[in-house]
Amino acid sequence: MPPRMLPEPTPETRHFWDGCKEGELRLQRCTSCKDSYFPPRPFCPKCGSRDVEVYKASGKGVLWSYVINMRPRPDMGTEPYAIAVVKLDEGPTMMTNIVDCPQTPEALQLDMPLAVAFTKQNDDVTLPLFAPAK
Amino acid sequence: MKPKSVAVVGAAETTKMGVIPDQSVIGLHADAALNAMADAGLKPSDIDGVATAGISPTELAWYLGIKPSYADGTSVGGCSFMLHVRHAAAAINAGLCKTVLITHGESGKSRVGAGRFGASPSSLNGQFEMPYGPVGPPSMFTIPVLRYLKTYGLSQEDLAHVAVVQREWAGKNPRATFRDPITVDDVMNSRMIAYPFRILMCCLVTDGGGALILTSADRAKDFPQKPVYVLGTGESVETPLVSQMYDSNHSTAFRISGKKAFEEAGIKHSDVDHLMIYDAFAHLPLYGLEDLGFCKPGEAAAFIREGNTRPGGKLPLNTNGGGLSYMHSGMYGMYALQESVRQMRGIAPAQVSGAKVSVCQGVGGMFGAAGTIIFSNEAP
Repeated sequence: MPPRMLPEPTPETRHFWDGCKEGELRLQRCTSCKDSYFPPRPFCPKCGSRDVEVYKASGKGVLWSYVINMRPRPDMGTEPYAIAVVKLDEGPTMMTNIVDCPQTPEALQLDMPLAVAFTKQNDDVTLPLFAPAK
Repeated sequence: MKPKSVAVVGAAETTKMGVIPDQSVIGLHADAALNAMADAGLKPSDIDGVATAGISPTELAWYLGIKPSYADGTSVGGCSFMLHVRHAAAAINAGLCKTVLITHGESGKSRVGAGRFGASPSSLNGQFEMPYGPVGPPSMFTIPVLRYLKTYGLSQEDLAHVAVVQREWAGKNPRATFRDPITVDDVMNSRMIAYPFRILMCCLVTDGGGALILTSADRAKDFPQKPVYVLGTGESVETPLVSQMYDSNHSTAFRISGKKAFEEAGIKHSDVDHLMIYDAFAHLPLYGLEDLGFCKPGEAAAFIREGNTRPGGKLPLNTNGGGLSYMHSGMYGMYALQESVRQMRGIAPAQVSGAKVSVCQGVGGMFGAAGTIIFSNEAP
């Protein structure tokens, strides 16, 4: 199996990927309008302010939508897998995979609670996957 | 843009359509361009504006021997050509040029002279979507749909109905790739690609191209074909990441683009005789009908199921068979525009009798962009 396609952080996103390695899901929010947002950028996409802060998010959310990809990408193995969007409790959505759960429509119910499951890929990259909340 | 100030005076697709292993991407652009120039009775030296996506306008102009005073390389996916029409209309009105050639060519199936797909791992897409395993549009463009179905209490059969109706239209089009009738059961029993999407809910992958030529309405009368006037235009862009749509249940870009075009055209929805909505997948006509305001949110599936968009219905939709059954090279928007122009000229294989106004809605990327062009065949 070829190595999994992995992210290459940029200066604007480094804090997010470093957070994943350290077991923290880091979001950003605007200090003036308080809006939380994702993916990372050094300003608020709602009001344009550069006064933003990084904070540790709860890592909790719900299954917002998904597909079950029946044609696996070579670096993802040979079995069908869900490509999901999780809606975080703090508001933003993010793409992810669902682990510790059968990859079936019966098991993957929209709005089911999820919790982040950090999954180390190599010494540089840990991906924020999600699992059904215990 | 002032309605009907600009017209389409040349329109053509590539000579061949479907699987074309003996022509490269730029060859398909050129074939379509030469056909459109022949349609308009023009030579390359008569063209002073060029616009294209997929290849650069520099490649296009030089390859055809055109020395333009206007070039537009807007590239926002499959609706780029709607944006090219809009920009060309503005450019002609502003006096930047007189006659604009817009081309598309894509070796979607055969991949002759075609680039490779893929995002840099440091791009937004490469960092925040690609690590999770998407394999092209079938596993990305479809991601919002389970949420949409749940929000409005719809089923997978509602998606299947879209494909069934479009196949009815394709049956009337000799150039359509798939023409045999299908049923909802056929769709629901077809191979699963990315749950809940089955292969008959996904567009074709084919080779082809198309080209348009626009000029000012006052010059349009002197061309051999019946002019098709640009009545209204709109465009918008939303997000490069399907996971970051502002709302999974509707396209913000569709709404902005559609509203602008209808306002510019000064028409009501009841004035529309013919509609094209870029259908890369079966959910696009549902989002399009709702976001353009033909149906209330959640009501498009019933509108289609009840037969309103099929042959003989009150709002004929995707009358060439669409991306699901006619052809889909990758950037399908050009073929939607071609069908609108044929309907306005009165020469479409499945001609809507007496049609005077056609709305053509395009999408780019995975709900990343939108373009809307409204055409009329009535002289100003």
